[in-house]
Amino acid sequence: MSQEMLRIENLHVSVDGTPIIKGLNLTINRGEIHVIMGRNGAGKSTLANVVMGHPAYEITAGEIHFQGRPLDELAVFERARAGMFLSFQYPAVIPGVQVGTFLKKSVASVRDDPPKGRAFRKELNEAMSKLEMDKSFLSRYVNDGFSGGEKKRLEILQMLLLKPSLALLDETDSGLDIDALRIVSKGINEIAPEAGCLIITHYQRLLDHVKPHHVHAMIDGAIVKTGGPELALELEERGYDWLDTAA
Amino acid sequence: MSEEAIEAVGDYKYGFHDPENHTIRFDKGLSEQVVRDISELKNEPEWMTDIRVKAYRHFEARAMPDWGNCNLLESINFENVTYFLRSSNQTEKNWDDVPDDIKNTFDRLGIPEAEQKWLGGVTAQYESEAVYHSIREDLEEQGVIFLDMDTGLKTHPELVKKFFGTVVPHSDNKFSALNTAVWSGGSFIYVPKGISVEMPVQAYFRINAKNMGQFERTLIIADEGSTIHYVEGCTAPSYSTDSLHSAVVELVAMEGAKIRYSTVQNWSNNVYNLVTKRAVAHKNATVEWVDGNIGSKLTMKYPSVLLKGEGAHAEVISVAYAGEGQHQDAGAKVHHLAPNTTSNILSKSISKNGGRSSYRGMLQVMPKASGCRSKVVCDALILDENSRSDTYPTMEIGNSSADLEHEASVSKVSSDQLFYLMSRGFTEEAAMGLIVNGFFEPFTRELPMEYAVELNKLLELEMEGSIG
Ligand SMILES: Nc1ncnc2c1ncn2[C@@H]1O[C@H](COP(=O)(O)OP(=O)(O)OP(=O)(O)O)[C@@H](O)[C@H]1O
Ligand SMILES: [Mg+2]
Repeated sequence: MSQEMLRIENLHVSVDGTPIIKGLNLTINRGEIHVIMGRNGAGKSTLANVVMGHPAYEITAGEIHFQGRPLDELAVFERARAGMFLSFQYPAVIPGVQVGTFLKKSVASVRDDPPKGRAFRKELNEAMSKLEMDKSFLSRYVNDGFSGGEKKRLEILQMLLLKPSLALLDETDSGLDIDALRIVSKGINEIAPEAGCLIITHYQRLLDHVKPHHVHAMIDGAIVKTGGPELALELEERGYDWLDTAA
Repeated sequence: MSEEAIEAVGDYKYGFHDPENHTIRFDKGLSEQVVRDISELKNEPEWMTDIRVKAYRHFEARAMPDWGNCNLLESINFENVTYFLRSSNQTEKNWDDVPDDIKNTFDRLGIPEAEQKWLGGVTAQYESEAVYHSIREDLEEQGVIFLDMDTGLKTHPELVKKFFGTVVPHSDNKFSALNTAVWSGGSFIYVPKGISVEMPVQAYFRINAKNMGQFERTLIIADEGSTIHYVEGCTAPSYSTDSLHSAVVELVAMEGAKIRYSTVQNWSNNVYNLVTKRAVAHKNATVEWVDGNIGSKLTMKYPSVLLKGEGAHAEVISVAYAGEGQHQDAGAKVHHLAPNTTSNILSKSISKNGGRSSYRGMLQVMPKASGCRSKVVCDALILDENSRSDTYPTMEIGNSSADLEHEASVSKVSSDQLFYLMSRGFTEEAAMGLIVNGFFEPFTRELPMEYAVELNKLLELEMEGSIG
């Protein structure tokens, strides 16, 4: 049977008292790629952040389960250690902390049996060459002065090293040039068979490289339509207005 | 260490202490007689005794500074301080000959190991005097002098007499007067013309006894075209009563010379650390202060450089960490006395758990000093609502051709940074530790690697167990 990675039931989320997510349902099984599309401000990042446990968001109703386990009992770092990963729409800058040090510590805290020393360096080198990233990245400070595309590549590099069983990718394709898009897709496809993936995007062009099983349209904090890859094409062509009545 | 000791010491891992074995211990308290006794005990030339006595009289007459942390300064009880304590009758050249308990201390602090691996010379001061001293033979053969100050005065009286008190006169401030009156130990270094000392030399200062006053005096002279990197570290046991550390450091960089002076001050939280550090840089010379203040109850220290010769350069990088019950009042002073002199000041401070850090800076450009350039950057990171950070920058610009930049920032750790790191598996404490280490990185990267690693570990420890 399919293994359930993420189950969201009737989720309601508020920020500073303002409701953003309003009754959202979604289930993702192992090996499934789900895509969420929706207007700016629809609540897509809010959904990703709330699943990962961002403290600014208040769950006012509903439940989130990861691998059958209710998430409210897990702190953010415990979610990471349990196998959840969020590729940020806007990754934070950590001045003075070198990428190499950061990756090593992160892998050591997340993975059960983290590779050490030479084994780690080997894995790191392989992942970096897959993503066509130069070694010089390792001595730069985390996201400090990175271009938009460089930030996204670093997110995917982290994903490859942390080997999550649930990956939430928030606009990882935005701002990528054609080559970067292809490279980043390679990364996603590598972990996808063993994980559940939730891809938030505005563009169907990513879907030339990554084949989703389900595409969801999100309007005003809820999923109003679900379909196959053809829905992404349709949304890109027609926009979201025709769905408003459904919301 | 006993369990109670561990409890008392908390996270401060250098807080252990040894039984107090000493060969000479002065009664607590200060008087002209105490000053004369120190000088006599050390068999000093009369001119030094005279300087001491003059300085003592100045100390007595001089008021406490009316700035910094007046309350804490006023609470110092000079009568409850031991001004001289000899714990070993001689300075050894071989670690094996150092008395066992003292040697154990330095073993635990990792000093002999560091010496073997990466140092050109070591001096280890325990209480008032050096108990161990060594310098690599090749440096000695090149004419490099690296001695404890007491030995320096004995063997090179003319050099000491020529420079002692010329950079920091006893009348500079109350604590330079105190130091000049009762100084003991410290380093004396002379690097001959054109000699580059590649490996750093290190001094390690340890206070062990309760209510101890440590007053080391350091004088470094880098002759024309020479270079030297001096590193000092300091720790003390954690006691419930206070100790006083009041050093004076004088650096003289002759034409084209380069001196780097690195400090990692990690006194326990019962130590008053009131230190005067100043350098003179002659033509085209460079002086770099790399100054880290992690421990102590109150630190007041502003490494300064007098850019006296044309083309001289000053670099001051300092960091301060003020935790619970600590006030770090630190900064830098640069005086551009000659044309085309340049300086960079970078100061970073972190305040946490009610700690207070102050940046106090002085930048002066004299009317005759045309074509000077200076950049001052002060960054403060405040980790919680109870903590405090202030800046007190002073600028006296007497020449309009000066090219000056000043940047200051106060920041907090953002919840987005914490969330980002926690989503990568870091606990909140580990995330804080990483952010804090990153904040100090511009300082840490200037330290010898061994120190950098140690400092990072220390800061990570400071972040532990404190986030609710
Ligand atoms: N931390 C916050 N504080 C205040 N308002 C917030 C916060 N996070 C989200 N919001 C608000 O919630 C709404 C949804 O934001 P969200 O970032 O989830 O949108 P999105 O669907 O990801 O949009 P985009 O396509 O532009 O990325 C917006 O109106 C936004 O301003
Ligand atoms: Mg978004």
